[in-house]
Parts: sequence; structure tokens; C-alpha cells
Amino acid sequence: MEIAFYLSAVVAVLATLGVVTGRHPVHALLYLIVSLIAVAMVFFALGAPFAGALEIIVYAGAIMVLFVFVVMMLNLGEAAAQQESAWLRPRTWLGPAVLSGILLLVLLVTLIGADVGGRIQGDTLTAKAVGTLLFGPYLIVVELAAMLLLAALVAASHLGRSEAHDEAHAVRQVPGKRTADGRGRAASERSLGDDTSSEESSR
Amino acid sequence: MSWWTPQVEAIAFALFQALVILIGAVLAGALLTMVERRLLGLWQDRHGPNRVGPFGVLQILADMLKILFKEDWIPPFADRTFFVLAPAIAMASLLLSFMVIPITPSWGVADLHIGLLFFFAMAGINVYAVLFGGWSSGNKYALLGAMRASAQTLSYEVFIGLSLMGVVAMAGSFNMREIVAAQETVWFIVPQFFGFCTFLVAGIAVTHRHPFDQPEAEQELADGYHVEYSGMKWGMFFIGEYVGIVLVSALIVTLFLGGWHGPWLPPIVWFLLKTAVFVGFFVLLRAALPRPRYDAVMSFGWKVCLPLTLINLLVTGALILVFSPAGG
Repeated sequence: MEIAFYLSAVVAVLATLGVVTGRHPVHALLYLIVSLIAVAMVFFALGAPFAGALEIIVYAGAIMVLFVFVVMMLNLGEAAAQQESAWLRPRTWLGPAVLSGILLLVLLVTLIGADVGGRIQGDTLTAKAVGTLLFGPYLIVVELAAMLLLAALVAASHLGRSEAHDEAHAVRQVPGKRTADGRGRAASERSLGDDTSSEESSR
Repeated sequence: MSWWTPQVEAIAFALFQALVILIGAVLAGALLTMVERRLLGLWQDRHGPNRVGPFGVLQILADMLKILFKEDWIPPFADRTFFVLAPAIAMASLLLSFMVIPITPSWGVADLHIGLLFFFAMAGINVYAVLFGGWSSGNKYALLGAMRASAQTLSYEVFIGLSLMGVVAMAGSFNMREIVAAQETVWFIVPQFFGFCTFLVAGIAVTHRHPFDQPEAEQELADGYHVEYSGMKWGMFFIGEYVGIVLVSALIVTLFLGGWHGPWLPPIVWFLLKTAVFVGFFVLLRAALPRPRYDAVMSFGWKVCLPLTLINLLVTGALILVFSPAGG
């Protein structure tokens, strides 16, 4: 288990370095995916297979797909890679490097002070144990997260619908009708248009 | 033979099992390329490949030779790394999922207690095969196919997980063996009928099978994400699709139809028989149904299947709480 832990940890660190230094956006994203899978392996090695599986399903399997999806549509070519390498000059590295160096120092001090060996060979946590914890002592946090997600969903749905699209929809549905009856129909069509646009935003 | 200890024997047997299941899955996928065309011929009242060997069974050899000896061409405008990586991901992620499927009481590769989640993880990674394949080809049809495929797969993966949570709640475990064991008396297709329906739909969508094959619709996209592929790399996408069919059929059998349970016949026969029925059903769907429009597919997923799975999960949870012996 310890070997698995250290190997996947090394892979995670190297892959993350690849993300930071990579010039090609899609290649950098591939490194990020590898890094997330390596972190999932770290979870497996620590005896938390449920967290590891969720890491792959949620981060590598869903969120990163959207990242890749968007970056692919941007059609970034050689120009973007050159811009990236122009940004990655030694001067730019200085500030973040100092800050992360301090963090590394803190981490090392904590690790040296603590008993690391005992932590790695932990007991395997089952999904049931995780669920009991989440819906027991941490219930309020889960509910708050759920509310936050719901708010985000509503906001995304609202931002995703475009007024112009709705107008075009309503006008197209009622070509050249000026009667009160036709207007009533336009209103009902309009609500239908709202439905389709919210459906499009949820894609 | 002092080194032939029981441990070594157990390791050797496990390795042997894993190899047999791996090769069996690949061979089943390859064989399906021929069986599907014969079945399509039967259901659409035409012949299908019937010239090579008795009943055309050697057609698969001819196809294999053709795929292997075709020029394996990488377009100069393609991104080499991703172009080579994509078919490998397509094949490997699906084959790895066979790991968690228990075939008989004694056969099966890994007995993970997060078995079902492992399948979800592999299905999630499988999306990258299509995405990378379509993007790295440097072809707009391929990119369109990849975009359709990833949007479709993401939408349907949302409720492929939710549709199985009813099963997980009733069995009380993510472990596939325990799920099969919980179906000793009643198969989960009876209490979880809506879960079964939505999982079937989502399974077809995730494997990009007809009628959810908009990502590779030949009339609109000239074959979608693998339009630039040739030779064995294309073959891996192709066989990968059939391996996906076998995988989803085996999962349906394990999760909803009691796995190896059945009277009279030995467990392995029951498992293979049930899986074969579902593989046949997949082919029948392709033979019988027209292809719906892409936005119809998406709105069907979000507006029909997702609410259905949520209601199913809610009702299942409520019933379990009402009838649980501890009283909650």
C-alpha cells in the first residue's frame, strides 16, 4: 500500500507540474486528468475507495470533460502556445514560486512532526460509513451544499436563456397575425419558447 | 514442487480467470461484428454476409485480415499523441469494466466493494476516447461528432448512476456479488422496473448505439469522431463499441435479471444466455428504429429520464424506510 501511495503521489506531482508548465492547452488538460486519476489512486492507497471512485467519476469523468469540451471549441493553435510561452518567463515564476515554497515548508514541518507511517495503512472505509457520516453529523453541511448547488442551477438556467432567442421564437410562431386571438396565441407560444430555451441552457 | 503452494495456485487461477474473461470479452466483441450483420439481415429481410465459410461465420476472419493489413494512416494535420491515445482509451476503459462483473459464484476478476462505482468511473473515462479522437483528427465532422458524443454521454451519465441507486439501496451494497445475492428470490427488474428502463436507455446512449448514434451519424457527419481513423486504430473503436454492448448487457443481467440465478441449467449458461438475449435486443433496436433528431435525444434525457429516475429513487427510498424492520 505504501508503495502504491508514493508512486501515485509522485505521478500526481509530476502531472500537475505538467499542467502548469504545459504550453498546449489540451495537452495541459490531459496532464490535469492524469493528475486527478493519480489523486484518486492516492485515495485508494489510503483506504478510502469511495472517495477515490467519486474523484474519478465527478472530476475526471464530468468536470474535466466540460473543460476539454470548451477548450476544444476554442480552436487554439500555434499562436496560443506562443502566447503561453511568452507568459511563462522566469519573472512570472518568481512570486508564485516563493508563495508555494512557504506552503511546502509548512507542509514538510507538519509531516516531519507527525507520525506518517501510521496514517498510510489506514482501515478501508466503506461507502456505508461515508454515507452514515454525511447524513449523520455532517447533515447540515450536506444540506447547505445542496442549497448552494440549487442556487447555482437556477442562476445558470436564468443566465443561459437569451431574450433575443425568445423574441425570435415568439415572432416566428405567429407569422403576420394581428388579431387579439393571435396575440393570445403568441403569449402561449412564448411560454413554450421559454421552456425550450431553459432546456438548452441545461445542456 | 515446493514452490507450488496454495497461494501460488490461487494467484495462478485468478490470473487464468482474468485472462479468460478478457479474451472472452474481446472475442465476443469481434464475433458480434459478424453476428450483428447476420441478425440485421434476418430482421430486415435480406441476406447479410453469408459467403465466407458455413453461414458466413468466417467473415470475421476476413474482416480481421482486412483491418490488420490496411494502411494505418495518421493524417499530417492530426495531433499524434491524442490520435494514438484515443482508441486505446476506448478499448481499455470498457475492458477494465468487465473486472467487476461476477459471472458465476466462483468466476469473476475482482470483488470490489465499490464495484458499481468502478463501472461509473470507467464509463466517465470512456468519454475521453471520443473527445480526443474527434478533436485530434483536425476534421470538423470529427469535432462535431465528438461534441455531440460528449454532450450526450454527459447528460445520460447523470441518470445512469441515479437509475441504479434504487438497486443499490435495495441490495444495500455497491458490491456486484452482493447485488446478485440479493436477487435470489425476486429479480430487481420487478421492483425496479423504471430503474431498468432508464438504465437500458442510458446504456444504449453511453455506448453510442442506434438509436442514440448521432455522434457517428453517417448521413450528417460522414461517421463522426472516427472519420479520420483507419486500420487497426479504427478497428479498436469498432470492436470497442461491441465490447460496450456486451458490457452493458452483462451489467443489465447482473443488476436486474439476477445474474447467474436460474433453475436447472448451470450458472454460467444462465449468465451467457441472458447476456445474449440483451445483445440480440440491442441489434433488434438498430434494425427496427429510425434515428431521432439530436435535440430530441437531449430533451428526452433531461425531461423524461432524469425526473423518472429521481421519482423512482424517492419512492424506493420511502418504501424501504416504511418496510425496514428497524423502523428507520
